[in-house]
Amino acid sequence: MTTVAPDLEIPIEDIKAGKRVTEYHLMWWAFRRDPLAVLSLVILLGFILGAIFAPNLTPYPEQGRGDPNLLEKFSPPNQGHLLGTDYLGRDVLTRILYGGRSSLAIGFLVVIVAVLIGVPLGAISGYYGGWIDNLVMRITDIFLAFPPLLLAIALASALGASFTNTMIAISFTWWPWYTRLVRAQTLSLRERYFIEAARSIGVPSWKIITSHVLPNVMTPVMVQATMDLGGAILVGAAVSFIGLGVQPPLADWGQMVSIGRIYFIERPWYAGSAGLAIFLVTLAFNLLGDAVRDAADPHTRRVVDVGR
Amino acid sequence: MQRLDYILKRMVMAIFVLISVSILTFFIARVVPSNPAAAWVGPHPTKEQIEKATLELGLDKPLYVQYQRYMQDLLSGDLGTSVRTHQPILSDIKTFLPATLELVFVGMLIAVLIGIPLGVLSGAFKGSWLDHFTRLISIAGVSMPVFLLGLLLQLLFFRQLGLLPLGARVSTEVALFHPVTPITRMYLIDSAVTGNWTAFKDASIHLILPALALATYPIALAIRMTRSTMIEVLNEKYIMAARISGIRERSVLFILALKNAIVPTLNALGLAFVYSLTGAILIEIIFSWPGLGTYVTNAVLGVDFPVIVSVTLIMTVFYIAINLILDILQAFIDPRVIIG
Repeated sequence: MTTVAPDLEIPIEDIKAGKRVTEYHLMWWAFRRDPLAVLSLVILLGFILGAIFAPNLTPYPEQGRGDPNLLEKFSPPNQGHLLGTDYLGRDVLTRILYGGRSSLAIGFLVVIVAVLIGVPLGAISGYYGGWIDNLVMRITDIFLAFPPLLLAIALASALGASFTNTMIAISFTWWPWYTRLVRAQTLSLRERYFIEAARSIGVPSWKIITSHVLPNVMTPVMVQATMDLGGAILVGAAVSFIGLGVQPPLADWGQMVSIGRIYFIERPWYAGSAGLAIFLVTLAFNLLGDAVRDAADPHTRRVVDVGR
Repeated sequence: MQRLDYILKRMVMAIFVLISVSILTFFIARVVPSNPAAAWVGPHPTKEQIEKATLELGLDKPLYVQYQRYMQDLLSGDLGTSVRTHQPILSDIKTFLPATLELVFVGMLIAVLIGIPLGVLSGAFKGSWLDHFTRLISIAGVSMPVFLLGLLLQLLFFRQLGLLPLGARVSTEVALFHPVTPITRMYLIDSAVTGNWTAFKDASIHLILPALALATYPIALAIRMTRSTMIEVLNEKYIMAARISGIRERSVLFILALKNAIVPTLNALGLAFVYSLTGAILIEIIFSWPGLGTYVTNAVLGVDFPVIVSVTLIMTVFYIAINLILDILQAFIDPRVIIG
């Protein structure tokens, strides 16, 4: 297993020169060799940059912000409107670029908030054990007992339909997964010698958690976070499909499908393009997640390398 | 005895979770909204309505008194009244739930019938074209928004091929001339029991597309789980022994190996079942299916807050019950879980 093919881009020179090669370098080398992963990354960057620079990319920025253009209602895809226009005559491609802002942002924000709540709780719960662990785990049990989509719907409608409230509602259903993941990792880390050594020379618990436990759980958390981005975008789209979330005239992919479905059988380009955007982004995140997982695991990483 | 202990322990835990869930939904209903009384009576409340709701819900009393009253109502089956339909929510749910359950059951059946065999085969023939194909299906399946899938199925089978209906549970003619006698309100069962085969056929045809759309995610999940555990199990010595002794490959795969590989899949399918209950919300909108999903969505659009909270609670109780049943089943199928 440890034989390394000679043509590999393993940083042999760096190693010989005595430079430190970190785990993250190796992950990046393995990752780069996976064509699907690179393709996914390109697709995602396309959507993200498209969303950021939407006003500069489209000839119809005012329609992206919601101005109607009633003279061109429902024109099918053509030269001026590559993906056609919607029920108010707005350019669908423009709406998709603008809609990407909220749809992508919700995915990232949900995962970030879930990580920020879930990871510290999991580390504390796993490290201290005892009643703290029991309490935290029972709380995660309660949250995981709800069907996530329904809990998000109920919370979002209690808070009122808006982007921020949807984000908060979905994050609430998401954090327990990170708590469980990090707790399990911490439980096994706690028994390792380097933690015991730190404990025996009197390093305070908070310091052990922040500088020994957390850095060592970051890789699985990162893998999980990448995989979850797609899922979070899907749930966000579902919530706004139901009518909560970003409200018109602002664009959002889920909301576009929700409005466009009524016209879908006769004019599939409107709801279809928005749905396809959700699908492509989710697919890309899932493929990316798989690749990050493979790259993070030294076993699969080596198999990937020698196989080429 | 160990098994009994385990089951009892799981049941106590389930009761604990049920109580906590009721507390959390209570908070969502009465504490999270900026004005719970106004949220409870619906859009554009009048001053009198708010005052009446405040009195009825006991919002002027301390929280624990409110919770006590809330639990009393729940246990006596009073989930409140819908703002939109002016019906008791419990009777609304009784009307709409069977439609959703029928859809979910058929979807799960499809998932089991397609997903498990595909998983077994792609695990057994790892690296073959079938394996690559199923991998593609399962990755696309977990990434596909169900509402897009539903729309695409409609476009293909209704618009292009003209084979299957666009939506609803039965066609108008059947609803008028061969109405289904409501017994369980699951049309397939009711029409079969009453011998109404015209309606049975019609209801089946109407079920195909929504059930297929709903089944995609569970199929993807079943393929993934079955495949990975099959690969593990097929490396075991008893499989080699079975092959050496000349047992047919079909029996080796589908009886000897699957028996050990099925436990994680069953677990995953249990999760998928629960997922489908909420996935059905989205599917029902697309296919105009008069189930709980349509009920909830209309509630969201009509700011019918009591309905949203009650349906969430009822579905969660379902969710907990299913998970409990699965755990108990697992204790019988795979005794290892009791120790773990």
